[in-house]
Amino acid sequence: MLRQVEGSRAVADVVARCRPQVVAAYPISPQTHIVEALSDLVRTGELAPCEYLMVESEFGALSACIGASAAGSRTYTATASQGLLFMAEALPNASGLGLPVVMTVANRAIGAPINIWNDHSDAMSQRDAGWIQMFAESNQEAVDLHVQAFVLAERLSLPVMVCMDGFVLTHAVEEIDVPEQDVVDALLPPFVPRQVLDPAAPVTIGAMVGPEAFTEVKYLAAEQQLRALDEIPVVAQEFERATGRRSGGLVGTYRMDDAVTAVVAMGSVLGSVKDVVDQLRDEGVRIGAVTVTCFRPWPLDEVRSALAHVERVIVLNRAFSVGSGTMLGQDVRLTLSASEAPVYDVVAGLGGRAVTRASVQALLAAVLGGKVDPDRLHFLDLDEALLGRDSTPSLLKES
Amino acid sequence: MTTTDLKLYQIGTFAAGNRLLDPDERSVQADPGRANAITSGHRACQGCGEALGARFVLDAAIRAAEGNIVTANATGCLEVFSTPYPESAWQLAWVHSLFGNVAAVASGIAAALKAQGREHIRVVAQAGDGGTVDIGLGCLSGMFERNDDVLFVCYDNQGYMNTGVQRSGATPPAARTATTKPVGVEPGNVFGQGKDLPRIAMAHEIPYVATATVADLRDLERKVEKAMSVHGARYLHVLVPCPLGWASASKDTIRLARLATQSGLFPVFEAEHGVVTATTPIRQRVPVEDYLTLQGRFAHLFGEPGRPDVVARIQAGADRNIVRYGLAAENEVVPHG
Amino acid sequence: MAEPQLPFAITLGPGSSRSDLTGSWRTERATYVTRQAPCGNACPAGEAVRDWLYDAEEGDAGYERAWRRIVETNPFPAVMGRVCYHPCETSCNRGQLDESVGINSVERFLGDRAIELGWSLPAVAAPTGRRVLVVGAGPAGLSAAYHLVRLGHDVTVREAESRPGGMMRWGIPRYRLPRSVLDAEVQRILDLGVRLELGVRVDDLAGTMAAEHFDAVLVAIGAQVGRRAYIPAGSAAHVLDAVTVLHGIEAGERPLLGRRVAVYGGGNTAIDAARTARRLGAADALVVYRRTRERMPAHESEVQEAEEEGVRFRWLSTIGEVEESSIVVEQMELDETGFPQPTGRTEVLAADSVVLALGQESDLSLLTGIEQVDLARGVVHTSPTMMTGQPGIFAAGDVTPGDRSVTVAIGHGRVAAERIDVWLAGLAPAPEPPRELAAFDMLNTWYYEDAPRAHRPRLELVRRQSTFEEVVEGLDVDNALYEARRCMSCGTCLSCDNCVAVCPDNAVVSLGMPGSYAIDLDYCKGCGICVAECPCGAIEMVPEEI
Repeated sequence: MLRQVEGSRAVADVVARCRPQVVAAYPISPQTHIVEALSDLVRTGELAPCEYLMVESEFGALSACIGASAAGSRTYTATASQGLLFMAEALPNASGLGLPVVMTVANRAIGAPINIWNDHSDAMSQRDAGWIQMFAESNQEAVDLHVQAFVLAERLSLPVMVCMDGFVLTHAVEEIDVPEQDVVDALLPPFVPRQVLDPAAPVTIGAMVGPEAFTEVKYLAAEQQLRALDEIPVVAQEFERATGRRSGGLVGTYRMDDAVTAVVAMGSVLGSVKDVVDQLRDEGVRIGAVTVTCFRPWPLDEVRSALAHVERVIVLNRAFSVGSGTMLGQDVRLTLSASEAPVYDVVAGLGGRAVTRASVQALLAAVLGGKVDPDRLHFLDLDEALLGRDSTPSLLKES
Repeated sequence: MTTTDLKLYQIGTFAAGNRLLDPDERSVQADPGRANAITSGHRACQGCGEALGARFVLDAAIRAAEGNIVTANATGCLEVFSTPYPESAWQLAWVHSLFGNVAAVASGIAAALKAQGREHIRVVAQAGDGGTVDIGLGCLSGMFERNDDVLFVCYDNQGYMNTGVQRSGATPPAARTATTKPVGVEPGNVFGQGKDLPRIAMAHEIPYVATATVADLRDLERKVEKAMSVHGARYLHVLVPCPLGWASASKDTIRLARLATQSGLFPVFEAEHGVVTATTPIRQRVPVEDYLTLQGRFAHLFGEPGRPDVVARIQAGADRNIVRYGLAAENEVVPHG
Repeated sequence: MAEPQLPFAITLGPGSSRSDLTGSWRTERATYVTRQAPCGNACPAGEAVRDWLYDAEEGDAGYERAWRRIVETNPFPAVMGRVCYHPCETSCNRGQLDESVGINSVERFLGDRAIELGWSLPAVAAPTGRRVLVVGAGPAGLSAAYHLVRLGHDVTVREAESRPGGMMRWGIPRYRLPRSVLDAEVQRILDLGVRLELGVRVDDLAGTMAAEHFDAVLVAIGAQVGRRAYIPAGSAAHVLDAVTVLHGIEAGERPLLGRRVAVYGGGNTAIDAARTARRLGAADALVVYRRTRERMPAHESEVQEAEEEGVRFRWLSTIGEVEESSIVVEQMELDETGFPQPTGRTEVLAADSVVLALGQESDLSLLTGIEQVDLARGVVHTSPTMMTGQPGIFAAGDVTPGDRSVTVAIGHGRVAAERIDVWLAGLAPAPEPPRELAAFDMLNTWYYEDAPRAHRPRLELVRRQSTFEEVVEGLDVDNALYEARRCMSCGTCLSCDNCVAVCPDNAVVSLGMPGSYAIDLDYCKGCGICVAECPCGAIEMVPEEI
C-alpha cells in the first residue's frame, strides 16, 4: 500500500517487518530518524520480541550486533559517516566471523571539515571490509533492499550494508510501499545461524589463525562473498514475484539498448541522470545510464555486459581515492580494460553539493563535444572562483 | 554445617578441598567433575595466573548457572594462548571479536538471549586489564550504565603482556615495562591515581562489584557465585600475576597475589549498588618490600643505591588502601596519616 | 570438497587443545613425595605420629583407626599420653607458627577411649615355635613381649616384683599415672598370650637359658637402685633415696619424711619425690640442685606443676652436710664451660629429712659369668641391633646406655623385638631407608587457619597438694578433635586438593580416593605452583633429563 512517508520512517517500518531480535544503534545524522522510529516501534511493542540497545558508540553498536548475531539472533543497526568509520575495526570482524548483520548507511561525507550532508565517502572507505554493499536509487528501493538484504545475509552468512543517500533519501517524504508483514515473512524465514553460541553445543568462535591457514580462510571468505553475485539476482526475482516490483539486483540499465554513451552512477543521483538521458535521447543522442546497485562484491560481468558496446563511459561518483580517481571509476576502468572506450571519471556531489540536471547536461555536452580529457579526474561544478584560481589541474598524476 | 564449624577444619579453611568436608562444601576446583572451562594444552606461559584465574571463574560460573554459560573474550593473552588454530582450549560456548569491544559483544549476546526467551543462559565477558581499563572502557561503561545482564571479569596482570609487556592504565607506579623502562629521574611507571576500575564500576552503582585474586580460591568462587545470583551488570576484578611481565618465578604466581593482598596494595572487597559491603581483612600483614622484591619489574628500586623513597611512596599507597577499606586485621593498630 | 560444517578455521571444536602436549616445555617435573614429619622423627617410641593424627582428625571411627595405628608401635597409648615428655611436641613445626600440636593429650584421649570402649589389640601371627625370655616387666620388657608375641613367638616375661610395670608402677607416682590405666594396658598385652611370671628373679641368665631352652633373651631389668653419694651425716640424720621412697608408697608404706623435706637432685625423680612429699604432708618441700633451672634434666612442665603445688627450688646449690633437722648447702657458680664450681659460701637450712634423687643404677648380677657381654660403667652395651656381645642375648631400656624414660624404653622394646625376630630367622637386619625431614620452610603455612592449642585442664591446687588423684585431666571429644586437626601433616599429603586446584594447566588429576593424585606429564609445564602451594610439603620439583 502506497503511503506518503519519510524515507527513514519507511525503512524503519520495513526493518521492523523483518523482525530483528536485536537492534543496537548510536544516533548520527542523517541516520537518526530511522533509529528513532525503531525505538518507538520497540517501545510500543509493535516490534517484539526485540531488544533495542542504546549503546555508547557506533563501535559498541556493531559490536553488540556481532554478539547478538553470534548468539543466533537477527540483528540490525544503522549509521553514517564518522559512525561508520568508528565501526571500522568491527566491520571486517563481522564479515570475517560470517555474521549476517544488516546495517543501513545513511551516506554522508566524512570530515574534516565536518559536514553532515550526503556523499559516498563513508561507504566507499569501507568497501574492502568484506560486507555486501547495496546502493538504493530511491526510497522505494531502499525499503525493498532491506528485505532482500536480510534474506541475502542469512543465506550467505555474511553482513550486508544497505546504502541510501543521507537527507536526499532519508529525509525525503514521498509515496512509498512498505511490503506487508505476510509478504516479508514469506520471503524471510526465521534465522538459522551457521554457527551459534550455545551451551548445549559449545564452539569456539573467533579463533586465532596464523600464517599456515590465514590465506585459506581469506580465500574461502572471498569465495563466499562472490556467491552474492549469484544470489542477489535470485533474491531480486523472488522479491519481484512476491511484490510485483523490480528492485535490487546487481546492475540496472536505462535506455542502454543502442547506447554508445553510458553514464555510470550509484544512488539517488540516477534520478537526475535519467532525466538528462531522456532529454538527450529526445535530441537523438544514443545515450543510456547504468546503475550499480551492488558495489561489493563488484559485479564485473554484469557491468561489462551492460557497457559492451559503448564508445565512451562517464562515471559519476560521490567519493574519490587520492591519486587514482573515483572508486567507481577505478572499477569501471578495470572492467573495461580490454575495451577501447574512454572512461571519463567525475567526482560529483561531495558533502551535499547538488548534482543538478544542468550540471550533468553541461558535463555530457562537454564530453560529447570532445572537450574533456579522459585521462583527467574531473570535479563536477568545481568553483574556481572560490578557489581563487583561473584553472585547476587534474588531480590525477600523469605519467 | 555452618561456617563456624568450618573453622575447626584447619586445612579446609584456605585450601581448595578437604577430605573431612562433604563434597558439596568443597571448592569447585576440588570437584573431580569440575567443568575445566579452559582445558589442558593451552599455550599460556608456565605459571600463568590468567589461565588459572579464568578457569577458577568460569568453572564457578558454570556450576552456579548449571552449565548455562556463554563467554565473550577480548583480544589478549587469554584469547591468543587458548585458540591458536586448529586447537581451542575452551570447553564452553566462547566468542572472540575484538580487543576493545567485549563488553558490547556481551551486551549483544545478553540482548539476543533475552529476545529469544533464553535468559537462563548467562553471559560472562572477560578481558585483561588493557581490554578493560583502557581500550575497552567505553563499551564497558556503556554496559554498566545500561545495567545489561553481563558479568564482566577483568583478569588484571597490570600491563600489555601479550604484546611484549607495555604499560597499561593498570600498571602500578614504578613498575618497569617495555615502555616505562627504569631510566631517567623517575624510573619505571609514573606515579598517578591509575585507573581504579572497581571504583569506577562502583560509580555506575551497578548491582555488584568485587575484587579477588587467584590466591584466595574460596573467596573468588564465592564472589562468582554471588555475582551469578544477581542479574544486571556485574564486575569482578581478579588480580592475576604474570611471571613473564612481572619477571617473577613461575612458582610464585599465587604467592605474589597473596602478598599483594597482605601488603594492602590490592584491596579485596565487594560492593553492591556503589557501596562497599564487605572487605577481606589482612591476615598476615607484610611490608610492600616482601611483594616487590620477588618481581624483576621492581628490581631497580632495590640494591645499591636503590630507591627507598619510591618504596616508601608505594608503602604509603598500601597504607592508604588499608585505611580506606578497613583492611587491618582485628588486633592490628594501623597508623593513620 | 564438501563444504565445512563450521566456518573454516575461525570456529573450532571445544577442548581440541588437548592434542597439544605442552608437557614438552618442561625442564622440571612435579613429583609427590612423603617426607618424615618431625614429630615421628623425634618419637623415641617410633610412633608414626602424623599418621595417627590424620586418622584421628576424622573423629568417630577415625579414633579407633588412630589408636590402632599407635599400637602398631606402642601398646601403651594411655600411659604414654600421661608420662611421655613428648619430644614430638618440642619438634612440632606448628610450634613455629603458633603453638605445637598437643599430640600427647590426643594420644591420652585415644588411649583412654580404647580402655573405656574395650578395644583389643590386634591378633597375633601364627606360632613360630621359637621361645623368647624377657627379663623384666617394665616398659621395655612389656613392649618387647607385645611385639614378640604378635610376631608369633612364645614369650615368657619374668619379673622379680610382685606386680608388672617396672618404673611405670614403682617410680611414677599415681597422681601422674593412675594404676587403673596401667593395669588395663598391661592386661591387654597379657591377653595376647604373653606368659608373665611375677616374683621370679632371674639370677643366672646363662643357666636359665640353658636349662629352659630359650632361643633368645631380652634383658630389660631397668635401673632401680638409687645412686648414693657421700655426704657427711650425723647419726640422727634422716637420709633416704627417692627410688625407695616412691617404691615404698606404691607398696602401701607411708615413709616418715617430716614437715621439712629436702630433695637432692634435678631429674624427674627428684620432682616426683618433692611432689610426693607435699602430698604426704610436708609443709616445706625443697629441691636442691647444683646447677640452674635451665640445665635441669627434669621436664619443664613437671617443674611448673611442682611450683604450683608449693615445691620450692634452690638452684646452684649442693648439700654439704646433713644433721637431724638441718642441712648445710653450699652456693655454686657456673664456670666458663657451664660446670658448677664450689664457692665456699655455705648456709644452714632447716630439713627433717633428705631424699637423694641422684640417679639410678642397675643390678647386673644376672649377667655374671657371661664374658662376652660388655658391662662397662654399670650398663649393658649392645650393638645397634640391640644384641649384646653374646649371640641371642639382647638388652633394652634403662639397663642400656642413653636417655632413660618410659618412652625410650617402649621404643627399645619394639626395636629389640624386631631385631630378635630377624635374628631368630637368621636374617641380617634391613637398614631403614632414610627419609628427608619435612622442615618448616617446606610448608606453606598460609593454608592453616590460626588455631591456638587446647590446653588440658588441671586438678585444682588444693586437691593436688593433698591427694594422689591424677593432676592433669584428659581432653573432651571436641577438644581432642580440634587438637588433632591442628596437625599440619608435615611432609605427607593431607588430601586438600590444592594441587588439583592451583595448576594452570589442569595437569594435576584427582584419582578418586582422598589423597591420591597424579601429575599428567603430557601437560605439566613444570611451573612449580603446586609445590609452592602444597600446604604440607608433599610435592617437590625434580629436574628432567634433557
